[in-house]
Amino acid sequence: MSILIIAEHNNKQLNPVTSSLISAAQTISQEIEALVVGHQCQSVAEGLASLAGIKKVWLVDQSACKYPLAETIAPIVESIADKYTHIVAPATTFGKNFMPRLAALLDVAQISDITQIESDDTFVRPIYAGNALAKVQSKDTKKIITLRPTAFPPVTETQTPATVEALNIISENTLSQFVGLEKSESVRPELTSAKVVISGGRGLQSADNFHLLERIADQLNAAIGASRAAVDAGFVPNDYQVGQTGKIVAPELYIAVGISGAIQHLAGMKDSKVIVAINKDEDAPIFEVADYGLVADLFEALPALEKAIDELKTS
Amino acid sequence: MKIMVAVKRVVDAYVAIRIKNDGSGVELANTKMAMNPFCEIAVEEAVRLKEAGLAESIHVVSVGDDACCETLRQALALGADCATLVETSEPLQPLAVAKCLKALVEREKPDLVILGKQSIDGDNNQTGQMLAGLLGWAQGTFVSKLTLTDGQAIVVREVDGGLETLQLTLPAVITTDLRLNEPRYAALPNIMKAKQKPLTKVPIVELKVESDARQTLMQISAPEPRSKGQRVNSVAELVAKLHNEAKVI
Repeated sequence: MSILIIAEHNNKQLNPVTSSLISAAQTISQEIEALVVGHQCQSVAEGLASLAGIKKVWLVDQSACKYPLAETIAPIVESIADKYTHIVAPATTFGKNFMPRLAALLDVAQISDITQIESDDTFVRPIYAGNALAKVQSKDTKKIITLRPTAFPPVTETQTPATVEALNIISENTLSQFVGLEKSESVRPELTSAKVVISGGRGLQSADNFHLLERIADQLNAAIGASRAAVDAGFVPNDYQVGQTGKIVAPELYIAVGISGAIQHLAGMKDSKVIVAINKDEDAPIFEVADYGLVADLFEALPALEKAIDELKTS
Repeated sequence: MKIMVAVKRVVDAYVAIRIKNDGSGVELANTKMAMNPFCEIAVEEAVRLKEAGLAESIHVVSVGDDACCETLRQALALGADCATLVETSEPLQPLAVAKCLKALVEREKPDLVILGKQSIDGDNNQTGQMLAGLLGWAQGTFVSKLTLTDGQAIVVREVDGGLETLQLTLPAVITTDLRLNEPRYAALPNIMKAKQKPLTKVPIVELKVESDARQTLMQISAPEPRSKGQRVNSVAELVAKLHNEAKVI
């Protein structure tokens, strides 16, 4: 068996989710190769080649591949797919976008968002917003898999770099063109890999009030998330959304502030190690998954929390 | 322009699901069903394009058993012009659904196909991308804004890093994200009118697509419940417990 991992990156840095793919792949086979598609991304390929477990890195580096358009990347992966029994990408908006297209080109039924690997053909994946787990066995000879990065530990050990070999595949995408990316600039850790996440919901009442979370996020080196209700209300941009259809997080500590706990929000955070809920409604469903629940008005609790953490840090 | 919209009948988003005791699946008998929320957004977007004079007709399609007619009628009541049900009693996987949709696209020749980005039952997030791949069309997934101009679709996509804008050559496949629009409710007169709109049933064998299951569902189980948490009475107690007991701050 031989596995191909598709690297997620921004041409400068490897997205840490890629290293979770390696540890997951290792439970199936040690024959793990990786593909980096991008532009001026040699350093990304070299960094990946140094991660323990990678046997070889293939690099497609050309200006047409600067942005990971599905119409560009799917045919490139298809052209080298023959050699592999498993092709794996992260279940992020990057992987979710092109992998089903690739699967269709290969006439393979994709297995989405797996959280456990039982064997080389049997996988567990959450369905119904994580309210059920489906164990599925694939009958396809080639497995096309997207994998939930938070369910597998990242590989951090390094090795003597594996070979990086350039592939001369010319992209022929005439269907789609990149126009622009409106990024939410943040100095905070990335939401899906942060050790601490503090999220706000409709209870915060306005975009301005999200600043109350920022100070605590700074103290705890936390990422800031939000419920769908808060995003829909325009308090914060879409990429803050934690939930079934937003980002899936599993930090050491998740603090939910003014979030009622709709099923689709719980689907995105209930694998967090420790969950804290602060809500003035004592019947809010968020308390059912919280390890520590505080029934309180968040406008009183947040300043008090900021002060208490300050005192803890200086004591 | 002709638009095709694919819709799926799923367990209502507000219903707590029950897993069958033998682990063979999720109980669907006597469970409230509804149109998948992302599909409602797809129908709404098509209706808005028609209202704006950018589309002449909306053809809504579904793949499933006879009960899906109810979902198609709902889409007709919301403003679709005609409907087709690909009849099958077997629950199909996304690849097989995409193959059925491809066959319908080749018959009807729409310029744009709009689907929900995922169904809230299987959470696969595959069908639209697979359809685009099978057709060799451009795809715009997780779309929160759609603009049509001159044989092109400009889409704004909700991606992990923010909002990405792409220009797609038509024909194209679009999958909807939550913030593309807010779906309307069907007005009673339109529900009555929808009963007169054409709804065609096509047995799946007629489409001559390969629809064999490529995956075997071995078991459905409930996730491990979280252990019972505790209530704290003050912020001071919370911080003390997070520090001393949970050791996370």
